[in-house]
Amino acid sequence: VLTCEILSGDDLLDLDIACCFAADLMSDVLASAPNGALLVTGLASSQMVHTAEVADLAAIVLVAGKRPEVEALAFARQRKLPLLLTGLSMFEVCSLLSQHGLRGAVRKE
Amino acid sequence: VDRDSLYRESFPIKGDDFERGGEVATRVKGLLQQLGLPRDVIRRLSIANFEAEMNVVMYAREATLEVLVFPDLIRVQVVDRGPGIADIDWAMQEGHSTATEAMRARGFGAGLGLPNIQRNTDEFEVKSDVGVGTTLRYAVHTTSRPKEG
Repeated sequence: VLTCEILSGDDLLDLDIACCFAADLMSDVLASAPNGALLVTGLASSQMVHTAEVADLAAIVLVAGKRPEVEALAFARQRKLPLLLTGLSMFEVCSLLSQHGLRGAVRKE
Repeated sequence: VDRDSLYRESFPIKGDDFERGGEVATRVKGLLQQLGLPRDVIRRLSIANFEAEMNVVMYAREATLEVLVFPDLIRVQVVDRGPGIADIDWAMQEGHSTATEAMRARGFGAGLGLPNIQRNTDEFEVKSDVGVGTTLRYAVHTTSRPKEG
């Protein structure tokens, strides 16, 4: 759907993803993203992959043609965390995923 | 409060080391998984540890994160040497932050760290001496029901 470049976990992509959470602010992800969610983000630093690891997220789509930092990619590969790249913007990615039936995370209060 | 723990391990955290910020939380997660704890307990502790670790990376010179394992709870103490927090009540409110642009560019520094730690833990305490450092103590009960949020 997104024509992504797969940087990590190309053998792990047969995933059932329940919902999607899009943010650049990792504290928002840690506060609100349920486990097993797909993370859509423009943050390319190592904190992106550590966030996915501690919050038990399923995979990451890095948007807007950004390249992950060297440490971030090494960590994703070591932890077998799927990391995909796309040139599309965050809005376009979310829109396409939504059109294909992916739901947003319901915020629990 | 300080009963004998079954196991304890300390992890050093360096201030301003953004490239490695998150490594301690990830290492501790591995330890918690080895202990065979429920997934929800591991996740809540890991989120709290990551926020606490990033606070050290952003604001303090250095810190030690210590994990203490008890039969019914996991306790974590993060003792840092740094500027301290002048007004803890202010810092505990969502959106209140003294972060710089460089910190925000890392996906943190939005004033959600301490509230996120409190939300994910069953016990939570902050003590701070301005000019000396800050001590965070929090715990997750391993026998508790999953906490909402």
